[in-house]
Amino acid sequence: MTQKNDLTSVTAGARSRSSRLSGKVRAALTELGFSAFAITLALVISALLMITLGYDVGLAYQSMFRGAFGSLRGVSQTLLRATPLLFTGFAVAIAFRAGLFNIGAEGQLYWGALACALVALTVEGLPKTIAVALPLLAAGLAGFLWGAVPGILKARTGAHEVITSIMLNSIAIFATTHITSRYFMAPGAVDQTERIVAAAVMPQIIPGTGLTAGIFLGIAMAALVAWFFGHTALGYDFQAVGRNVDAAEYGGVSSKRIQVLAMGFGGMMAGVAGGIVVLSLLNRFVANFSPGYGFTGIAVAVLGRGNPWGVVLAALLFGALDSGGMSMQLFARIPSDLTIVVQGLVIILVAAPAALRAMVRWRKPNKVEPVDVA
Amino acid sequence: MWLEILAVVFNLRTLNAAIRMSTPIALAAMGGAFSERAGVINIGLEGMLLVGAFAGAVGSYATGSALLGTLIGVAAGAATAAVFSIFTVEFRANHVVAGVGINILALGLTTWLMQVVWRTRGISPAVARVQSIRVPLISSIPVIGEVIGVQSPFVFVMIALIVGGWILLFRTPLGLRIRMTGEHPEAADTVGINVRFIKHFSVILGGALCGFGGAYLSIGNIGRFSMGMSAGRGFMGLAANIFGQWNPIGGLGASMLFSYADAVQIRLQTMEIALPHQIIQMIPYLLTIVILAGGVVKSRPPAALGNHYRSGGDA
Repeated sequence: MTQKNDLTSVTAGARSRSSRLSGKVRAALTELGFSAFAITLALVISALLMITLGYDVGLAYQSMFRGAFGSLRGVSQTLLRATPLLFTGFAVAIAFRAGLFNIGAEGQLYWGALACALVALTVEGLPKTIAVALPLLAAGLAGFLWGAVPGILKARTGAHEVITSIMLNSIAIFATTHITSRYFMAPGAVDQTERIVAAAVMPQIIPGTGLTAGIFLGIAMAALVAWFFGHTALGYDFQAVGRNVDAAEYGGVSSKRIQVLAMGFGGMMAGVAGGIVVLSLLNRFVANFSPGYGFTGIAVAVLGRGNPWGVVLAALLFGALDSGGMSMQLFARIPSDLTIVVQGLVIILVAAPAALRAMVRWRKPNKVEPVDVA
Repeated sequence: MWLEILAVVFNLRTLNAAIRMSTPIALAAMGGAFSERAGVINIGLEGMLLVGAFAGAVGSYATGSALLGTLIGVAAGAATAAVFSIFTVEFRANHVVAGVGINILALGLTTWLMQVVWRTRGISPAVARVQSIRVPLISSIPVIGEVIGVQSPFVFVMIALIVGGWILLFRTPLGLRIRMTGEHPEAADTVGINVRFIKHFSVILGGALCGFGGAYLSIGNIGRFSMGMSAGRGFMGLAANIFGQWNPIGGLGASMLFSYADAVQIRLQTMEIALPHQIIQMIPYLLTIVILAGGVVKSRPPAALGNHYRSGGDA
């Protein structure tokens, strides 16, 4: 069941040192073009669907674009919706690099959100920075612990992390609901905690738009992840295991330790995603709150080709789809769920480089091929 | 309280409910068994169930016939699986990513189209549904009569399909070819088996089974479609398939076990007995992890599961 992950497309084995940089840039551009093509194709298929059902495609995409980018409010909505996806995208991308599939971001996100909310209920009287940082740390820790479980199971018993993660997602949702309703329930019919203290609420960048500093945190995290994979020994080990477990072991890397750490770090990112949603959007833990941030994170990571900056772009795109969908519904009278169709199409198309290659003859002189996510 | 709980646990009506509730899960599990025995990891079962439920309801709404609706549901499940198998087998898409894509696409399409068709984003209006039947002789037998005497026709067809699926998989040459494809595609190819055809066949058959299970959810039960109505049953089917060791009958057993726990939990909830129902709902997933980790029996998935195979003869 082991599949080789090679998301970064380092094609240059024998390439000379002088042309390495330009090769890297070219490979990155190829990756970008490849993802852009998948998005375009998904939009075209959706357009055909709309035409079949008698909708005005021009109006639909126009209002979608305006909704996402046409105003300050629209842009902030786009960024706001992109923020949790950035982190769930990292959650999947980090594990990808080590050759693991973290499909459990959804469950890790729930534990992160719950831990964050519980800490944020108690930070009364602390300075703002600490009152925000402590709950986020708790979120990251909770996500790390829950994320490490499939890593441990894989390392110890060989159980496939995809299946155990899916099971752990369901368990996490049931467990957090149970804990909330049993021990921390606020008065009322909804399974939710009390409101977190004011000090822990993330400050808004532009008042009235809802956009918080979380987006900067996400971009800083992209830089950190890029540095981790580019400049640290541990980051190198991650990728060594991701490329070839046996070779990494031969080179003295404990692949089991890396597997646990990779799933743990991935879980940490998803946990922080949950924490940010609590501190900037919900201001409490609400049972079953996630509209699938963890699963969309898979799409974000795949579309971003596992590259941290690619993840940023992909998260922004999905955030834009989300906020644009709202205005499409309003102005073109097309149900906004069409954007979920676009997302689904993008994932399927990006998963299959061979499909895209079959549709256009991609003949690159230097043979930089879009890599299989497989 | 304990007496009441025991009364619910050892109750024929609970068993009746458990069999009914296991129908879509067992069908999804068998869909997973066929797909994975042929070497294709199928995370998309959830989406195929959902598409089956939606298409079944729309078909029943449009034609006024629940039987036609069911057939449309089956066809739609198979069509969804065909998209999945074309991408995974022909275009060598990563099985897990494509499966996740199928699930998201199915959720988006059904939620979107239900608004196009019914102008509502919650629950559809009532459509023609398949009524439960009372089986003449069986229903008068004391114990068995209470359990399966009055059931949806879907339940009987499901049991027949499971038995048929088991025979197909373990007692026919085609079944042997499917299993060989999942274990060792190179060897299968060498002896002249069309590996790609076998994979497409198995995945699409699995999709048709999910479509049937989905149709049961909408028109075999309440006669309506609601948004996201598969509600994790496809993932439960995935679990039941592993629990049942990639065997349709084992999958049915696991599905019944899961559904039994669920039926008990639901009945206790209606009786307002304060047992933490979320904990009971977790049990199937916990058990599956234990099984996967080799805690009880050694579980072994098909050897070439998730791999792509390209025959030397292919381009």
